[in-house]
This record gives sequence, structure tokens and C-alpha cells, in this order.
Amino acid sequence: MNDTDPPLVRLDAAELHFPIGGTLAQLRGSATVVKAVDGVTFELRRGESVGLLGESGCGKTSTGRMLVRLDKATGGRVEFDGEDVSTLTGAALKRFRSRVQLIFQNPFEALNPRFSIRDVLAEPLDNALIPKAEHEERILRAMALVKLGDAAQFMGRYPHQLSGGQLQRIVMARALILEPEFIVADEPVSMLDVSVRAGVLNVFREVRAKTGITAIYISHDLALVRYVCERTIVMYLGRIVEDGPTEDIVANPLHPYTQALVAAVPVPHPDQSHAPLPIGRGAPDPRNPPSGCTFRDRCPKAFDRCTVEAPSPTRIQNRIVHCHLFDLET
Amino acid sequence: MTEPLLCLKDLSIAYRVGTHDTIAVEGATFDVQPGSIVGLVGESGCGKTTLARSLTRVLASNARIAGGQAVFCGEDIVGLSERAMNGLRWREIAFIPQSAMNSLDPVYTVGSQLAEVLIRRGGMGRRAARTRSEELFEWVGIETNRLGDYPHQFSGGMRQRVAIALALALDPKLIIADEPVTALDVIVQRQILDQLRELRERLGISVILVTHDISVVAYVCDRVVVMYAGRVVETGPMAATLTAPAHPYTMGLRNAFPDLASAAGELTPIEGSPPDLANPPPGCRFAPRCPFVEARCQTDVPVLQSYEGDHLAACHRIAEAETLRKRAMASETWEVPA
Repeated sequence: MNDTDPPLVRLDAAELHFPIGGTLAQLRGSATVVKAVDGVTFELRRGESVGLLGESGCGKTSTGRMLVRLDKATGGRVEFDGEDVSTLTGAALKRFRSRVQLIFQNPFEALNPRFSIRDVLAEPLDNALIPKAEHEERILRAMALVKLGDAAQFMGRYPHQLSGGQLQRIVMARALILEPEFIVADEPVSMLDVSVRAGVLNVFREVRAKTGITAIYISHDLALVRYVCERTIVMYLGRIVEDGPTEDIVANPLHPYTQALVAAVPVPHPDQSHAPLPIGRGAPDPRNPPSGCTFRDRCPKAFDRCTVEAPSPTRIQNRIVHCHLFDLET
Repeated sequence: MTEPLLCLKDLSIAYRVGTHDTIAVEGATFDVQPGSIVGLVGESGCGKTTLARSLTRVLASNARIAGGQAVFCGEDIVGLSERAMNGLRWREIAFIPQSAMNSLDPVYTVGSQLAEVLIRRGGMGRRAARTRSEELFEWVGIETNRLGDYPHQFSGGMRQRVAIALALALDPKLIIADEPVTALDVIVQRQILDQLRELRERLGISVILVTHDISVVAYVCDRVVVMYAGRVVETGPMAATLTAPAHPYTMGLRNAFPDLASAAGELTPIEGSPPDLANPPPGCRFAPRCPFVEARCQTDVPVLQSYEGDHLAACHRIAEAETLRKRAMASETWEVPA
């Protein structure tokens, strides 16, 4: 893979707007829309692993849902391998579904409690019309990939007999069993205990190394994203604020929001800064975002222009920043 | 050292399951000094929430304190009648339950929920309660004009602040907060933790902070109590315990934690899972997952002993802690032979 290859995934000004207010409000004309994703543009090259970082309500999960077409973009374009995913139907859609998979946040609720582990893993194979004769081998291979050790021991068990860490590995095995090219993982370790989290993250890393899969890792925790993704996209209120190599973002965040986000991550050391965060109080309200730059009401560096004009992307070395502080300089 | 505010001695809590008792907390012993923030750390199922709830006696109906003492301000609260305990709740010891932000009543305004505590429990008049409510909201950083709002009109972080304001209402000496920031985003989390630190400075209250996150402990706590499978395995001043842990479990936790402040390294999980408390292993409960296990660990229960001053750990190999710490840094140490 190199820079000249066409991207595997491409979002071009993608939008996901949800109408709010009931029928009555719509008749009255007082209904509005929540712009969960509002003009997001990025590309993923094959084999890349990218973190989507942001607070709850920033649109990171909505973006993930559009990428796997659990939701159709209401505007802009979402492309996978050169095809517009929102127009896929029938056999093409079915094929897309086997090439793209989602890993869910809560492993305790993602598996059917009445299915044995064998059934859980065989279901996607059945759906993809894989001959029964191949099932056993593919199930064993997927379980080995997620390092579930003694596979035979797990096959006949039910989800309630497994620990959280084991369940999340099964959820990953189910997502990987059809050998997808692209995977979206939505906070896959947030429900797990710290001592087992590391194991699941290590599996994620190994799967990438072995299969060269392209991945999106959705999280609000930069420390976790840093562990599995070499590139990070930071979102705020439905828009991208910064996009660049994870290590650069950790070491030198450029956008004022990213700066606050990096400063807010607690570290497991006794001596750390207790300085006040460089961000205003209050929470973003997606129903009623500020004009211009949506971060301006909490931004310590906001000035007049931020109120009237949304910042456009500025490239600074290998990073893209959406902030008026930077388009002034260039 | 001043007289501790709360002193736990050998506190045990049992759940009745069928015809058997499951001991969820066994022989917990530690002190809480006035004006200090103590972090109670451990994985799910280690007994930290049960221990926290026992201190205001809001346990599940099949749970009971099976032994030991909890001396609060010179008085053992284990033997207190329900009526006397009721006198302590809110006024002396306040409890912020897990996901407190979802425990507000949706059909009353937050102001009337605060007023209920102040009037019914605190015996205040309406006007005094109103003034006090405004003061509490200022303390936790919410605008006072929002007292008339309903819980759904607040964000998660704001609701968590309301829960803290409720806990502070009657000037308690001790607040027990069960995972107060777990469901929150990092920025909100930091703001709530800063709030707790500020309130401790201003009011001199003590806090027991139950959490699974050692970064949270490192940010706000003065002391830390590490629990594993129902037992306290290590306790000490926060800085000493996190920089030089003496129990292998604490060493393992440190390895499993991503650290944004240093170079991106490897994370090492602690293989296996905590034991079933209905049928715990004899000897040290961490032995089945411990890379430094010896024969005696399988049979003899280690007791808490001093590692350095008031930094204690329950490990048979405590004398070798320094060597073990070095070995624990290497991820191969924690690999399970396949």
C-alpha cells in the first residue's frame, strides 16, 4: 500500500441529520434537525487504523454507523472501495456487509444469550452462504486469531458462562470470521475491567498486524486510541476539528479543543498538572450549536471572526486543523 | 497524626445466596483521616461497592455486616440501630451511588429534590432551604437559576454535580462516592474531580472515592486502598503506593494502564479473571493469577503488614517487593505458559 493507491474509504462532506420534534411540530413548522454529522471529510488508505475521538454527542458513533451503513448519509458521499455505499442494494449490499464489520461496545449485550459460542460464530457464515463443511475450520481460525486459546473448550458454552474479556474476543471473532477488509470498533473496551482491557487491545493490534485490516477505532479516551491507532481524527459537535498522526496530536495538539482534551486525560502518576483546563464550562448542545465555529463558546482563544464564519480546513505539515487561528497564519 | 474520622477494623460483609453465605468483603481494615480523599480501587466484583454501601448501611436485602467494626467519630456504626443510622445518613455520612446522575427523580425539579433533603432531613424552613440550595449550586458550579429545571434538562456531568450538591446538603463530614466519574467524558470527568478537590479544601470534608481507574486516584487521592476478591491487598499514601507498589496485583494494574504522559509502550494484561467468591481459593486469592506465586501462597492467607511506614501490603513475598517490581515491568513475566 502507498499514497498513490485509491483510498478504501472516503467521506466527502458526509452529513447525518436527524429531524427532531414529532409530527405535530413538523406540521407546525417548528421541527428542527440535529446535525449529528455535519460535513465530515476524510479518507482511509488500506491498512490504516484511525481513531475517531471526541466527547459523547460529537458524532463519532454516527460517523461509524454511516461507514457501515447502519445509517444512510443524509448528505454528501460515503464511499467504500470506490462505490457510493448509500446506493447499494440487493446482492451488492450483501457483499458490502461481508466486507465491512462492526465491533460493538457492550459485549454483555451483543451476543444472543440462547446461542452457544459455536452458533454465534456460525451465523455470519450461514448468512454469507459459506458451505457447512468449512465452518469448523473457519471458526477455529477466527478463535485463534483473537487468542481464545483452547477453542474446543468454548464452542459449546453460552455467553453467560464467559467473562467480559472472553465475550469481547468472541464479538471480535464474529466480526472477523468473514475476513472483512474494514472494521469499525465502537469503544470496544469501555465495558471491560482494566486488567483485561490490555489483553483485548493487544488482540486488536495483532489482528491488524496479521490481516492488514483497515480499522476505525471510536473512543473518547486518547490514551486507548494512541495504543491502537497511528492516526487520530478529533470531532466536536458533528465536525472534524483536527486530523493527524496520533503521536503528534498527543505531543503537540494544535486545535484549542484538542489541547483541552489532551490536558484532561488523567495519567497514573502522582505528579501531574492540576492546572485548570483551557476550556469553558458547559456542554455542547447539538440542537442549538453556536454560529460560525461550533467550539467558539468554550474556546479560550475565540475572536470576532469565529462567531461569523466556520473555519475551513488548513493543512499544517501532516495535519489538518479546522481553526481560524491557523488559517490566519498561512 | 490526628484521630481518624473513620476507622475500619476487620470489617466483613456477607451475602446470603440460597443456604450459603458468600463473603464479599473480608477483614477490611483501613483509616480515613479528616480532610483526606481515599481511593478505593479494584475490579468489578472485588467488593469495593459493597464496602462503600455498608458504611451507610444501604446494602442489598440479602447482605449483612458479618463482623468487625466501623468506628466513625469514635462510635462503632456497625451496631447502631436503624433509627440511629438514619440520623447519621446525609448529616454525617453522605453517599453518592453509582450512576448517581440517573438516580434523580425525573418528575421533580432538582430544586425541590434538594429542598426535600434540607427540609425533611435538615429541619430547615422553606426560605432557609432556598438560600442553602443556591449556595450548594454555587459550590458545585451550577447557575442558581437552574434550580427550577428538571433532571432531563441537564447533561450527564451537570446531573453528577447535582448529585454532589445533594450529598453536601447537610454538611456531612464524609462523602462516599461510588464511581462518580466513570460514565463521563474526560473533560467533564476532570471538571468533577477538580470540584471534589476544591470542596475538600474549602469545607475540609473527607471523601472515599470508589473507582477502578488508578489515573483518577493519582489525580485526586491522598491515600489508596487496593482491593482484590473481597480483601484489602495494599494500602498506603497514594504517591508511594503508585510509584512503588508492594503487591503484585497493584504492579499488574499499573502495567495494564495506558499512560499518555510517557512514550507509547506495551500494555500487559493480568491473565485470567478474579476468583468466584462463592468458592475462593485457599491462601492468597491472587495466587492463581500471580506470576510470583510460591507454594505457601496456595495454602496460607497473607496478612497486611508494613512495607514502609503506613504503606501496607498483604503478600508473602513483601520483603522482595523491589525485585518483584523490576520483574513485573517486563511483559514476559505476565505471560501464561501456553
